[in-house]
Amino acid sequence: MQPAIIRAERVEKYYSQPSENRIQVISPTDLSIVQGEIIALLGPSGSGKSTLLRMLTGLSTPSAGQVYWHEAPIQSANVNVSIVFQSFALFPWLTVLENIEAPLKARGVDAATRRKRSLKILDTVGLDGFQAAYPKELSGGMRQRVGFARALVVEPEVLFMDEPFSALDVLTAENLRSELLELWHKRTIPTKSIFIVTHNIEEAVLLADRIIVLGRNPGHIRTDFRVNLAHPRDRKAAAFTQLVDYIYKVLTQPEAPAPALPNINGRRVRDQREMKYQMLPHARPGGIAGLLEFLLDHGGKSDIYRLADDLAFEIDDLLPIVEAASILKFLTVTEGDAAITALGTEYANAEILRQKEIFREAAVKNVLLLRQIVRALQSKSDHTVPEDFFHDTLDEVFSEEETVRQLETAINWGRYAEIFDFDSTRRRFTLPESALAEPESTFADAPEVEEEEKDKQETGL
Amino acid sequence: MIQLPAGFHLRRDTLARSVVVRRSWPVFLDLCVAGLLLACFYAVVQIARYWNSTPRTDFAISLSPHALPMYAFFSIVRIGFAYLLSLAFALIYGYIAAYTPRLEGLMLACLDILQSIPVLSFLPGVMLAMVALVPGHQLGIEMGAIILIFTGQAWNIAYSFYASLKAIPRELTEAARIYNFSPIQRFFHLELPFATIGLIWNSMVSVAGGWFFLMACEMFILGSRDFRLPGLGSYLQTAAANGDFRAITYGLLTMIAIIVATDQLLWRPLIAWSDKFKFEQTESSNRVSSPLLHLLQHSTAISHLRQRTLRPVSEFFYRTSYKRRAIQHQQPASDSTVQKVLRYVAAGLFIGIVLFAATHAIVLLREVQPRQIGMIFLGAGATFLRVFAALLIGSAWTIPAGVAIGLHPRLARIAQPLAQIAASVPATAVFPVLLVAIVKAGGGLGIGSIALMLLGTQWYILFNVIAGAIAIPSDLREVGRLFRFSTVEKWKVIILPSIFPYLITGLVTASGGAWNASIVAEYFRLKNQTLSTFGLGAQISAATDAGQFPVLLWATIVMALIVVTINRLLWRPIYRIAETRYKLSA
Ligand SMILES: Nc1ncnc2c1ncn2[C@@H]1O[C@H](COP(=O)(O)OP(=O)(O)OP(=O)(O)O)[C@@H](O)[C@H]1O
Ligand SMILES: [Mg+2]
Repeated sequence: MQPAIIRAERVEKYYSQPSENRIQVISPTDLSIVQGEIIALLGPSGSGKSTLLRMLTGLSTPSAGQVYWHEAPIQSANVNVSIVFQSFALFPWLTVLENIEAPLKARGVDAATRRKRSLKILDTVGLDGFQAAYPKELSGGMRQRVGFARALVVEPEVLFMDEPFSALDVLTAENLRSELLELWHKRTIPTKSIFIVTHNIEEAVLLADRIIVLGRNPGHIRTDFRVNLAHPRDRKAAAFTQLVDYIYKVLTQPEAPAPALPNINGRRVRDQREMKYQMLPHARPGGIAGLLEFLLDHGGKSDIYRLADDLAFEIDDLLPIVEAASILKFLTVTEGDAAITALGTEYANAEILRQKEIFREAAVKNVLLLRQIVRALQSKSDHTVPEDFFHDTLDEVFSEEETVRQLETAINWGRYAEIFDFDSTRRRFTLPESALAEPESTFADAPEVEEEEKDKQETGL
Repeated sequence: MIQLPAGFHLRRDTLARSVVVRRSWPVFLDLCVAGLLLACFYAVVQIARYWNSTPRTDFAISLSPHALPMYAFFSIVRIGFAYLLSLAFALIYGYIAAYTPRLEGLMLACLDILQSIPVLSFLPGVMLAMVALVPGHQLGIEMGAIILIFTGQAWNIAYSFYASLKAIPRELTEAARIYNFSPIQRFFHLELPFATIGLIWNSMVSVAGGWFFLMACEMFILGSRDFRLPGLGSYLQTAAANGDFRAITYGLLTMIAIIVATDQLLWRPLIAWSDKFKFEQTESSNRVSSPLLHLLQHSTAISHLRQRTLRPVSEFFYRTSYKRRAIQHQQPASDSTVQKVLRYVAAGLFIGIVLFAATHAIVLLREVQPRQIGMIFLGAGATFLRVFAALLIGSAWTIPAGVAIGLHPRLARIAQPLAQIAASVPATAVFPVLLVAIVKAGGGLGIGSIALMLLGTQWYILFNVIAGAIAIPSDLREVGRLFRFSTVEKWKVIILPSIFPYLITGLVTASGGAWNASIVAEYFRLKNQTLSTFGLGAQISAATDAGQFPVLLWATIVMALIVVTINRLLWRPIYRIAETRYKLSA
């Protein structure tokens, strides 16, 4: 086996919370980058792809474990890597040439050599003649070319890219991708290895020699396999589509087995899956209804990948809606297929008031956070509770940012289904008049005791 | 052979001539630049000669128009030095606050409080200290004035720089780190450019505020000593005291000329130049243009100068900082115990000094009798009412006027530049004149002080209301027309709610300014007689005059507390409501 250029050994990342709790973002992970391969890292949003990339580059220090650069700890090593960023991260006040020269300046290269190397790399990425332009005068594709030029001018051993093509239109992305592959295969650039984070499954299969899929809560490696297709790869080839399908299946089945979490330094690290609250996907009720209607029109069952294609959705935008519908038991997901349930069918066919009613029952029954809000509202004599109350309890489980988003989603759902009102200036939940009149009948379904028991078991004392 | 068109020769001629003109243009530019440099040299010599002179407390301020250019020049230099000092301080303070998590909270709280402390109460202490520090030279008094202006200018610039540093997009910081930028390179490539626009706008505000204080502190009495600095402020004060209307007119005209010139020669070029630091993805169409900037950018002399001086220096820095880092890489982790101990000793020393000074101040505070403290609080009440009245009167005329200007573009084109000039004349420059008029008309300082507060602060309200009115979306106004709203309804439903957040922003600034202005407004020396009215500002000024430092300290603390409390308990909650309920943008 080849010696690794970068090797991560049992790296973990957790972020500390104000409430002393730590949120684990990456569970102990081993990963090596060896010479001569393009690695693609895939995973759902928030699975920790960027976090992992930043640890591998030495930008952020792992909370536990160690990253080695040529077998020396990365903090004290003289690391030679570059990053291409999704947002390009160019300095808008510097010209194209000055942007590209900046890393060389940092390395103490003299002015003449700097200029020569920068002009050469500009030529390589096809930006000849643009050296005096400012980034804001360029199109998105051109800007990312500058991003590539700046990354390549220092001749990095490993080139890291964090969703480099996401901000570009499809054709530009395709174009840049193939040019990159050409540079790589013709060895025009001395880079020994490329590590690319992406959302796009096809992109991964097109580029990579090795694909790693991350799962989330906390981030862990689901699969890590080699792609042995010859270049240039044909999107229509059977082997290609099979691979794409396989990755979709992995991505749409988040419940597949994952390694158990150990104790670290005698302290129990909180696994996000043990928490009482399920992570509410950030989907709007309107989107859920729309998806169900669409599904119904297509026979009630469809491949999620197909569904995204038919709806012209990014898979990442569709997954939260699917997940939300499945939490509400409006549909079930098996092997990458979404199938509508009887309840879902009723919901999709009902008129608006009845829809709200169905949604309300399903939401209160299946979503712990909504159930808690209702319970709190009913138990208070004035039927109003400040948002902060839930903020604090959620804070123990989610990151600050996620807590805000969770509450936002819950408020969105609750308002739609008229489970409660929310006063956004005073940041308080209140019980709506309809519920005040007949509290018992509206929320009689909430299976309180039973769930409470279960919650206790889940927190796992 | 191809036949040349008939007019070809003529065309070539004109072409050639235009080329010649274009070639000779840079020479002309260079001449301009040389002229500027010579002028600077002369100015430096003048200043040096003046500062080295012995202090003359009995400086006779000449009212002749011929003396004005020199006075104006001295005032400008004073402001300039104070501004440079503020900028340097702001950069250092903001940098430390942004990158030292352990100090961040404390340093921000300090900024917040320093911003609300009435600067003019520092006048006596600072002056006496500076005169003692540089005895026998005019420089001492000058330094006192400069430091005083500095204390009025530095905080908002520092805060702006800090906020900019905090707002740098994460990926840019990461790019700087992954490419191993040295701190110097990071500063000049990333941090300073990113902060530039905020720094420029805040500098404009600060310099305008600087004029306000300069006018007040060029001429004042401390106990038995009469401090005077040659300058525009003392010129205007003397002119008003003598009732010399010709001199007053000249003085005010000079003031306006300076302000217009600063705007044209300094701020406009700076704003035009700062356009390239805008952190935006697309190029904006409406840019500020400046002929002066064009001159500087296209002068070959200046570009040569840069080539010869700045370039080699920066190259040298980049190379040495790289070498230093390479050496550090070989022997890492030199953060030894020695450094740690040194840091603790420094921190301990600092805390010790602070404690020492604070206990002495408390001892000083205990010298004041309870009766006097009672008077201070009563005075605070009186000033509070005055500030309130000033805000009320200010709002009463600026809201209708501002809305009218904001909603009618044609009116705005005439009124806005006028208002801007009026606003930029420091209230303290006009005040002596105004006061003479009020006294002649039989009024007292009670009305006069409200007038001064109004003069200084109504503009904040006006400009914010204009901004708010401009921001009312046209579809909202069309709804009003569609439903045939009556005027009252239109104001109640559309206009007032829309301008509310802006109005509050204006009122917050105006209220702070009014409190500070009370120190100058409630106690005024005109010729040999002292006009004063009951209030906290008058108490501060009187204590300054009489050298009663304990009372001065008490009154200053009370005023700072009031301003901070009003900000925290009144304005912030209202502002939060305004932000959430009445914000128009999504
Ligand atoms: N500084 C931080 N403090 C707290 N939590 C953080 C911090 N940075 C990231 N996180 C959390 O870590 C998780 C992983 O973030 P990361 O950016 O690595 O995900 P990602 O896979 O790159 O997502 P995306 O596809 O959206 O880019 C997220 O839930 C995020 O909220
Ligand atoms: Mg990411």
